[in-house]
Amino acid sequence: MSIDVEEHETASPHGATPGVAPTWTGRFRRWAVRDLPPDKLLPDTQPAYVASWIYVFGALTLAAFAVVVLSGAVLAIKGPAWWHVSSAGLFVNSVHLWGTELFFFFMVIHLWGKFFMAAWRGRRKATWITGVLAFVTSIATAFTGYLSQQNFDSEWIGTQAKDGINATGAGAFWNVLDFGQMLLWHVLLLPLVVSIFVGIHVLLVRRRGVVPPFDDSAGAEPAQAEPAGTAS
Amino acid sequence: MSRSRSFKPDRDVAEWKGPVVRYDLFKEVTVAFVVVLILAVGFAAIFSSPDEKPITLKSWSTAAPVDFVQTAITELDGTSGTARYGPPYNSTQGASQKLGPVSLENLAGVHIPIDTAQDFVVKPLLTLPGATALDGAIARYEGAGGAQRASWNAAYEKAAAKATYPGHLSVPSGSYGPVGLMMSDLLAMARSGALDGALTSSGQLYGTDYTKPLLFIADGQYMADVAGNHHLQGTQWGMMNETGSYPGQAWLWLYTMWYQIPPYSTSSNGDVLVWGTMMILTLLLALVPFIPGLRSIPRRARIYRLIWRRHYRSLSAGR
Repeated sequence: MSIDVEEHETASPHGATPGVAPTWTGRFRRWAVRDLPPDKLLPDTQPAYVASWIYVFGALTLAAFAVVVLSGAVLAIKGPAWWHVSSAGLFVNSVHLWGTELFFFFMVIHLWGKFFMAAWRGRRKATWITGVLAFVTSIATAFTGYLSQQNFDSEWIGTQAKDGINATGAGAFWNVLDFGQMLLWHVLLLPLVVSIFVGIHVLLVRRRGVVPPFDDSAGAEPAQAEPAGTAS
Repeated sequence: MSRSRSFKPDRDVAEWKGPVVRYDLFKEVTVAFVVVLILAVGFAAIFSSPDEKPITLKSWSTAAPVDFVQTAITELDGTSGTARYGPPYNSTQGASQKLGPVSLENLAGVHIPIDTAQDFVVKPLLTLPGATALDGAIARYEGAGGAQRASWNAAYEKAAAKATYPGHLSVPSGSYGPVGLMMSDLLAMARSGALDGALTSSGQLYGTDYTKPLLFIADGQYMADVAGNHHLQGTQWGMMNETGSYPGQAWLWLYTMWYQIPPYSTSSNGDVLVWGTMMILTLLLALVPFIPGLRSIPRRARIYRLIWRRHYRSLSAGR
């Protein structure tokens, strides 16, 4: 049987770890199980210091993101002209708009909360950086949404914003006055990028856990210092 | 092997070995989703969303025909904002903004070439069917030398400054040759809606690129006046606002703020300076964990004492 052959190979003395197939898939599975075991990925307990309303804003941001994606999906199903001519469409567009406003409101509070917790401590730098990247790409996503409205706001925002973007040289390739280009960036490319950053961010939060409080006593033991050369 | 470094409170943490409490991740996310959905639906039901009709070449030329004609002649004589813009639309010398000695616009080059005289005036007029007199006027204009065309353009621009529209375009007489007919026919074309179609046409059946009509419209005064009435001018914190009393893109407050203060508000390189500043600030935000001093702000600000007040209270009670 092929399984027997596989087990024999993995147990060979040529550098392979016993029980792990020397394949990309096997190595990925080993990494995933080691760094994100089920009790970390889907925890049912958390440290007692996680006891503040500020912690709710991460989940609220994710929830608002889901509302924005779902309402945006309905708008995409019906097409870009629907909400201009239908009261139901206008309502869904309004949910999309207010979902976006709530998303940024929650995300900014989440960001400031994490800043004042210095949430990058303890090998959590990548968590912080992916959060900032999600924030920045969300701004670009919302911006292209405003450009895709097909009304006076999108005209004005586009003709005003073009000067800044052209000044960076990016306007040569990313034309804010091209409705087709901006709509595709808004409904496909940028949401994909935001989703990737948000996904990595959430997995890193689960992997590293919620940052502990500052030790306001005599200080913590040096043995817990971040190892030199660690890129986390 | 990794070697230990000295413990730094703004970089390192002591591993938590204290008590844990029950937590339900699925419940939290589900409750959060329901709460946000109720809020979004509630706001949508109460406040709706703005949808101000767009300005088209047709609506502009109908509402402000004199402004349209005064703008159109600047497109023909090459003095409009778009004609003198520089990259990515054309290669006007000295028009590019610079960040120090570098012009990023020039490095990127002209990728959306626009010749306003041809693209906004002459080519659209040539699409009008059965316009014998107009065809003759265009042929005369195109066949004339540069100096002659400049003379006609200047004469028309001077006359158009005193134009009126008492039901029809009335421009004081002058030595502007065929330009008068070209401008009045362009106005008629715009008012019929045909100019919108001519400028969005990309050679394919479905056009989605509105660069040309939007640049033409933005060169006029009418759009800026409408924006001003909606509190959307650059001096009114511009594009972070929306029409009506909506929050708009409030998250762009910092970007928009730079445009309100010198040197950004007064420099001819203002746009690229604002973008340069924002790029640096964004980079600083992303790299806070690595920057000594900056990463110490949370510990020194001690706002964490408020966030973790129960934790510190329990520590005090245990001592």
